[in-house]
Amino acid sequence: MSTDTTSSAISPVEGESLYDADFPAPVIEPPRKRTAKTPKTTRGNFEMAAWLFMRLSGIVLVVLVLGHLLIQLVLDGGVSKIGFAFVAGRWASPFWQVWDLAMLWLAMLHGGNGLRTIINDYAERTNTRLWLKGLLYTATVFTILLGSLVIFTFDPNIR
Amino acid sequence: MATPTMDKLEALEADSTSSHLIAVTFRIRRFNPEVSDEVQWQDFRIDIDPKERVLDALHKIKWDLDGTLTFRRSCAHGICGSDAMRINGRNRLACKTLIKDLISVDKNGTVTKPVTVEPIKGLTVLKDLIVDMDPFFQAYRDVMPFLVTSGNEPTRERLQSAEDRERFDDTTKCILCAACTSSCPVFWNDGQYFGPAAIVNAHRFIFDSRDEAGEQRLEILNDKDGVWRCRTTFNCTDACPRGIEVTKAIQEVKRALITRRF
Repeated sequence: MSTDTTSSAISPVEGESLYDADFPAPVIEPPRKRTAKTPKTTRGNFEMAAWLFMRLSGIVLVVLVLGHLLIQLVLDGGVSKIGFAFVAGRWASPFWQVWDLAMLWLAMLHGGNGLRTIINDYAERTNTRLWLKGLLYTATVFTILLGSLVIFTFDPNIR
Repeated sequence: MATPTMDKLEALEADSTSSHLIAVTFRIRRFNPEVSDEVQWQDFRIDIDPKERVLDALHKIKWDLDGTLTFRRSCAHGICGSDAMRINGRNRLACKTLIKDLISVDKNGTVTKPVTVEPIKGLTVLKDLIVDMDPFFQAYRDVMPFLVTSGNEPTRERLQSAEDRERFDDTTKCILCAACTSSCPVFWNDGQYFGPAAIVNAHRFIFDSRDEAGEQRLEILNDKDGVWRCRTTFNCTDACPRGIEVTKAIQEVKRALITRRF
C-alpha cells in the first residue's frame, strides 16, 4: 500500500516544467527564523475563533450580499430605482435594518480579519506589522461605528 | 552462426555507447560565502543515462567535473530525507527523481531545456544546495514528537488494534526531508509558523491511542503560529516525496481542535 502512494507521488512529474533556465523559479529569501525562544507561546483560542468566524460569516455573507445585490441592482427596475426615497422606504422596516446591519458587521469583520492574516503572513518587521494592523483596526472600527450610527439614527424627514 | 551473434553484440555495444546516454545540461544554483555573497547559476553539461536519477548526475558532477559542488545526501534511496532540493522549480528528492521525467527531447534526440537544481526555499542557504535546517527541526522539537505515557511501563509491548494503528498510518511515513515545509508560502513569508512537517509529526502522536499528551500537543498547535496559519494551498501535499496527504493531516488537527472545544 505504501509503495502505491509513493509511486503516485513521483509519477506525475511533468515533462514540461513551469520553470526553466530562461525563466527560473522566483528566489524566495529566508524568513525570520524559528528558534527555541521565538515565537512566544500565547494561550487562548483567538486564532481558532477567528478561523471559525471566517467560515461561518462567509456562508452567511453569500446569502446577505447576493440578496442585497439582487434587490439593489437587478430586480424591480434595477439600479435606476435607487434614491433617497428607496432607501428611506427600505429602512422603515426593521427587517431590512437588521439585514443591512448584519451585512455591515459581518463584511467588515470578515474583510478585516482576512487583511489581518495577510499582514501577519507578509509583514516581516514587527514595526511594519504593528502600524499596518493599527491602521486596519482603526479603519474597521470607524466604518462599523459610522455605518451602525447611520442605520440606527436614520431620519427619513431630514432636510 | 557465429557471425550474426558477433554482429548483434557489436550492435549492442554501439548502442550502449552512443544512444542510451544523452547530453543533459544541469543548471545549478551555486553559493559559496567564502568566495562571494552573490549566488550564481552554473551550467554542467554531462552525458548520462536518462533512467538515472538527479542524484547520480550530481555525483557525476561532483566526482568528475567540480569537486566543490556541495549537497547533502546519505542513503540515496529516499529514506533518510537528506537530499530534498528544488528541481525544475518543484521540491523533490534528488534520489527519487529520474532524469527522463524532467527532460523533453526534440526530434533530433537532443534535450531542449536544462534541468535546474536549487536549494529548498525558506531556509538560509549555507553553501550551494545545503540549507540551515535548525529552524525546521526547532519546530519539530516544539511539538514533542515522542511517546508520552503515564503510569507503570508495561512488561511487554503496548498493544494497539489494527484500526487504531491505521488512524495515523499516513503520517508515520514522514522522513523529515523538509520538502513540504519549504514549499509552504506561509513558511516562506514568516518562519515562525510551525510548518507542515511539524504538524504531520504532531498528528502522528495526537491520533495514537497509546499516547497521552495529545491534548498538550493540540494546545501547542492551537497557538498563534500553529495550524490556524495554514491557508490550505496543498503545496505540501504536492511536494511530499512519500505521498503523505499533508494538508489532510493539518485539517484533521484543526477538526480535532474544534470538536475538542464544542
